[in-house]
Amino acid sequence: MTELIIPAVVSCVVAFFTVYFMTPPLIKYLHKKNLAVKDIHKPGDVMIVRPGGPAIIAGIITSEIVLYAFLQMNEILAILITSFLAFVVGYVDDRKTMGGWFKPLGLALAALPIIFLGAYDSDLAFPLFGAVQIPILYLAIIFFMIIITGNTINSIDIANGVASGFMVIASISLSAALFILQNYEIAIASLPLIFVSLAFYKYHKIPSQIFPGDSGALTLGVMYGAIAIVGQVEVIAAIALLPAILNSFLFLASVKKIVDHRELNEKPVELTSDFKLKSTKNKKARISLVRLIVANTALSEKEVGNVIFKLALFSAGLAIITAFMMEIRI
Amino acid sequence: MMHGPLFGFLFLMWVLIIIGGAIAVIILGPISISGYGTFDPWINSIVKGAVAIGLSILWVLILAKMKNLIFRKTFNF
Repeated sequence: MTELIIPAVVSCVVAFFTVYFMTPPLIKYLHKKNLAVKDIHKPGDVMIVRPGGPAIIAGIITSEIVLYAFLQMNEILAILITSFLAFVVGYVDDRKTMGGWFKPLGLALAALPIIFLGAYDSDLAFPLFGAVQIPILYLAIIFFMIIITGNTINSIDIANGVASGFMVIASISLSAALFILQNYEIAIASLPLIFVSLAFYKYHKIPSQIFPGDSGALTLGVMYGAIAIVGQVEVIAAIALLPAILNSFLFLASVKKIVDHRELNEKPVELTSDFKLKSTKNKKARISLVRLIVANTALSEKEVGNVIFKLALFSAGLAIITAFMMEIRI
Repeated sequence: MMHGPLFGFLFLMWVLIIIGGAIAVIILGPISISGYGTFDPWINSIVKGAVAIGLSILWVLILAKMKNLIFRKTFNF
C-alpha cells in the first residue's frame, strides 16, 4: 500500500495542474476561433466557449501515463484508451452535430479496449447477496455501462458547473468505495478523475468561462464507467450516479425513444423575467430533473445546481454505505 | 422539505437496486443448463440474459409507476 503513495500523489498533481494550466489558453484559443454558444440562462447575449474536452483529456492522458509508468497495469491502459476514444466521439459531435444514434454506437466502440485488454472480471457483485457469474452476458454489461455512464453525465450538463461538480462528488465516492473494498491499484487509478473534474470545475462553475461540450462530458462519464468495470464496482458506481440516471430515466420515460435533446422543441423549463428557472406549463414538454426541482418555485441557476449537488451527495452516501454492505453476506 | 420527494425517489431507486441484486443472485446465479456440448455457455447466457432483461423491464416499470405516484401528487404533473 505505501509503495502506491508516490504514484498516487504524482498522478493527482499532474491531473489537476494539466487541466488547471491548459484550460485558460484553450479558452483564449476557442474565443479566437469564435467557437462559442449562447448561455441561455443568462440575461443578454452571454457567449461561452466550448468544448473544454481537450483540456480534460489532456489531464487524463498525462496522469494515467504517469500511473502506467509506475504500475504497468492493463487496467490503466484500458481506462486511458477508452476515455480517449470517448473524447474522440464527443469531439466529432461537438464539431458536427450527429444524430441520436451516433453517441451510443461510438461509445460502444470505445468500450472495446476493456474487452481486448482483458481488463474485466465477469462476476457481477451485489451487496449482501454475493456475485453472479455471467461470462458472456457480462460483455453486454460492459457496452451498456460505458454507454450509460457517458450519456448520463452528458445529460446532467444542464447548468453552469453541474457536470464537473457532479463528477467530483461521484468520483470521490467511487474512489472511497474502491479503497473500502481494498482494490488499491484501481482506487489510485480513479483519483485523477477527481482532480481533473475539480480543476475543470474552477472554470466551469457559475458563471462559466467554458463548457465541457460533449467531448468533455462524455470523457468524464466514460472514464467513470471504465473505472467501475475494471474495479468491479459496477453497482456502487451506478448508485453514485443515481441523480444523473434519474434525469436520463425521466427523459426516456417522457420521450419514449432514443433521441438527442437538441432535436426536441418543447422546453421543460422557462426563464422568468429575473432569469430564474421555472417549470413550463406546457403539458407536452418532457419531465426533466430540473423541471422537478423548480416545479414548486422558481430558482436561480446557482440554486438549481446546489440542489443537484445535494442529490449527488445523498447518492454518494448511499454508494459508500453499499460499499460497506459488499463485505456483509446474508 | 421542498425537494424531499426527489431524495425519497433516489432512496427508492437504491432499495430497488439492492432487491434486484438479491433476485439476480438468487434466480440468475443457480441457472445452469447443460447437455448442449460447446453451446452450453451460450445457452446459459441467453437464458440469463432473457431473465436479466425481464428483471430490468420490471425495474423500469416499477420506477415509472412510483414516479407517477410520487411526482404527480407532489408537483401536479
